[in-house]
Amino acid sequence: MNLSSGKIVGVNGNMVAVQFDGSIMQNEVANVVHGEQRLKSEVVRITDNRAFMQVFESTKGLKIGDDVEFTGEMLAVELGPGILGQIYDGLQNPLPQLAAAHGFFLPRGASLAALDQEREWTFTPLVKEGDTVVAGSYLGHVPEGIFEHKIMVPFGLLGELTVTHIAAAGDYTIQHTIARLKDAQGNEQDVSMTFAWPVKVPIEAYRDKLLPVEPLVTKVRIIDAFFPVAKGGTFCVPGPFGSGKTVLQQIISRHAEADVVIVAACGERAGEVVETLREFPELTDPRTGRSLMERTIIICNTSSMPVAAREASVYTATTLGEYYRQMGLNVLMLADSTSRWCQAMRELSGRLEEIPGEEAFPAYLESRIAEFYERAGLVELQDGNTGSLTISGTVSPAGGNFEEPVTQSTLKVVGAFLGLSYDRAYARRYPAIDPLDSWSKYEPILPKERVDQARAILSDGDGVRQMMMVVGEEGTSLDDFETYLKAEFLDAVFLQQNAFDPVDAATAPERQKHMFEVVFTVLTRSFSFESKDQAREFFYQLRQIFIDWNYMDADADQYAEQEKKINSQIEEHSK
Amino acid sequence: MRRVYNKVQQISGNVITVEAEGVTYEELAEITTQRGVKSLAQVIKLEGNMVSLQVFAGSRGLSVNDEIRFLGRPMEVAFSEDMLGRIFDGAGQPRDGGPSMTENFIQVAGPSVNPARRIIPSRMIRTNIPMIDVFNSLVVSQKLPIFSVSGEPYNELLARIALQAQVDMIILGGIKLKYDEYMYFRNVLEEGGALYRSIMFVNTAADPIVESLMVPDLCLAVAENFALQGKDVLVLLTDMTNFADALKEIAITMEQVPSNRGYPGDLYSQLAARYEKAVDFEGAGSVTVLGVTTMPGDDVTHPVPDNTGYITEGQFYLHDRVIDPFGSLSRLKQLVNADSRDDHRAIMDGMIQLYSQYRETEEKRAMGFRMTAWDQKLLQYGGLFTSQMMSLTVNITLEEALDRGWSILADCFRPEETGFRSELVDKYWPRQSGGADNPDASMEETESKAKAG
Repeated sequence: MNLSSGKIVGVNGNMVAVQFDGSIMQNEVANVVHGEQRLKSEVVRITDNRAFMQVFESTKGLKIGDDVEFTGEMLAVELGPGILGQIYDGLQNPLPQLAAAHGFFLPRGASLAALDQEREWTFTPLVKEGDTVVAGSYLGHVPEGIFEHKIMVPFGLLGELTVTHIAAAGDYTIQHTIARLKDAQGNEQDVSMTFAWPVKVPIEAYRDKLLPVEPLVTKVRIIDAFFPVAKGGTFCVPGPFGSGKTVLQQIISRHAEADVVIVAACGERAGEVVETLREFPELTDPRTGRSLMERTIIICNTSSMPVAAREASVYTATTLGEYYRQMGLNVLMLADSTSRWCQAMRELSGRLEEIPGEEAFPAYLESRIAEFYERAGLVELQDGNTGSLTISGTVSPAGGNFEEPVTQSTLKVVGAFLGLSYDRAYARRYPAIDPLDSWSKYEPILPKERVDQARAILSDGDGVRQMMMVVGEEGTSLDDFETYLKAEFLDAVFLQQNAFDPVDAATAPERQKHMFEVVFTVLTRSFSFESKDQAREFFYQLRQIFIDWNYMDADADQYAEQEKKINSQIEEHSK
Repeated sequence: MRRVYNKVQQISGNVITVEAEGVTYEELAEITTQRGVKSLAQVIKLEGNMVSLQVFAGSRGLSVNDEIRFLGRPMEVAFSEDMLGRIFDGAGQPRDGGPSMTENFIQVAGPSVNPARRIIPSRMIRTNIPMIDVFNSLVVSQKLPIFSVSGEPYNELLARIALQAQVDMIILGGIKLKYDEYMYFRNVLEEGGALYRSIMFVNTAADPIVESLMVPDLCLAVAENFALQGKDVLVLLTDMTNFADALKEIAITMEQVPSNRGYPGDLYSQLAARYEKAVDFEGAGSVTVLGVTTMPGDDVTHPVPDNTGYITEGQFYLHDRVIDPFGSLSRLKQLVNADSRDDHRAIMDGMIQLYSQYRETEEKRAMGFRMTAWDQKLLQYGGLFTSQMMSLTVNITLEEALDRGWSILADCFRPEETGFRSELVDKYWPRQSGGADNPDASMEETESKAKAG
């Protein structure tokens, strides 16, 4: 193919204008030639024979007339075995390898292969010559950590294909040809273990997209019981700074019952990623007994790294998530923070001098956000099994005000809203998910009517609390006061969870159900109190016993004993 | 190639446009006016042969025939040990009457650190200010702003930290600093004997605004290079709100679409690019950044403090002349306060919980409620805590502050009332405590509250 080339005619921030010859396409990748360096960039607008490109690197030192080489490809990621456990930047450059090659800093224009080209993988074929396959069909598999990594027919191949050659079982590098496929027209194509896929195009090599129903257990009680998340669903976590968004994401990334977790650190503090980077290899995944890093991929484009690559990073993460979903795995992708991604869009839009929408965000903000979350889903694969990609995004609203474009556009398209409240964080009630404002469209792991009843008590209790601020405790009836104490009790022992306690940090679904039954008994029981002091004392004591119970290992000897203590306490004061 | 031009096409705000060839993005140029005054300018936009430059000294008095000489290099700053004790302006020129730096120039606003090479911070920077050391410890490589309002003693606080912080070097960046505050910093550092380990880059309120944009980059570039040589460097920047305002001014001049209250859409990225220079280099030194962010109208949701809060690792909230324990947060304190002394965390949590109860009691008292015996104890405690811990005049080591904490507690309470673990009480509770006796009722209340927290 004849590739186009061009010359720079304008530079404004990370945006360059390029006069080009030949044919180019929207979102095509081009390299700006700067001495020995090649600066990657992407076409974002074409007007006559002038292309506007966002450069994924600093544009310092570029000048009018510098050469630009187009590649004929859209921005793509390399798919293949060896992605799990990697730490990539927004353009899939492996950061530890970059560090090994270049030291402390990320030099401009440095790029490395995303996958290990030398390593040999033990390939086991799943098809034989003469078989018919389609895009996404499994040709074979290689072991990758705890999984069988499926080697698939590249997603871009169209129609039915016939296998004319398949490699025997054995050790191969990813570039080695492992199959030859013939299409209906008789064209043959070699297939290796790796292929590229454009990040901004959803992978659709599946039979059908299904309704997400099965809960994705996060082991965070307030989520699983009150605002559940489904495998293949979407949820967002908006919150002002200091409300614990990132900590919540970290907890979910550790404990969620997903096969693969992808953490996309998008435009946030580098220090927070470092904790994940340094701690995950040390932590064991309780489900497999192996290092947590083996099921994790980190995409790291922190706030001081180039803005255009930040925009790309959420797409890179999503595409890798879709790829592992195609293997029949349940993948969870956590993007922190989508606001930074949207701000990257805003910067770009401003430089293109587009007519701004609200708060200068581009008019297409809402559709971009919708497209992003719509890439989540539960799908029926070519072999009849299912795989899922669950997408979570944190939102960092300006001034903590949810009435801003990114939060509002996100709320329109997600299945669950876990709104973090500054007041709860300030009162050290963690996780600071607001139990009154948040919502979820998915099915909880607990009986729904009971959860609704509990939420009603929570809401009534809050009503009493607000009233008490006006009329004082003296002006409140004993019944109302009891409701208030019940709501506080539910909050303290069930909704709040200590992320730093080894036991309390993660509660298995069975234990959650059991706990909730006990809490529910308290909520629905009528007690015989003579005074508010007595009621308060009772609930404070009960709370203390219950919290101690939360910290006990379910296998520990005292566990059952403590439960008895709780029950006898309840019975003692029941009417 | 021709490097000298003398036909300015447009002058708008502090930005001039000139027709020139072969100019690179972010290149520096030197402008000489007809009166012989020289100023630096930086390329901020290229469009065909039209080159837009922001003029450091401002465009006042520039004429269309002034000489513009392109220097063929981007912004650079000198880097050497000789800079210690020196004061420079926002263009990197001496403002203390000393000689110009002529050698060993380094680029400013260099590439960012590879996150894979960062390490989890683990060292405390002691400042001898109890509200920092005890309650929100400052950590090597932390980036932390002081949120404050005009009129508060934030520069005094910064100066004290500069004098007392246990680091190898201080780099102070003044951004639109009032002249008398600049003098104040200079005098304090000189009298405190800290000038020898300090470098100052100061842009005063009377200096050109474009130069103020350069100050953080100059400070951080120099700091980064000293850190690579093994020095622990503390960078103090005051006031970052002025920096953001300067960004706003240039953005508006360049006809960029403003996003929020006139600030450019890339305010977050611009601030992050500076604050993220804070780093602990494995096997070398470190850069710690402490900035001042004044909040217009004491409004934390204003775009500058809001964006800053999302970037930094906590904040010190300075108001009513004290560092308020509520609203202040060091996100990294857990990394350093476990191993300092075994009672550090307990004092940190316990004293704040009691102080929070004191605040509630204070509100009740203001509303005219009757004060119980327990309330009286809290009021006594609140008074002591405010005067002996929170006051900015308190100047004691971490260990002294912890001991003082115990003595304040013992002056007001009996051990059981405070909810501290018995082993700590046995070890640290002052023997001849004059703690108030009785009443039992209040004891349970404290206990339950302490457990709730």
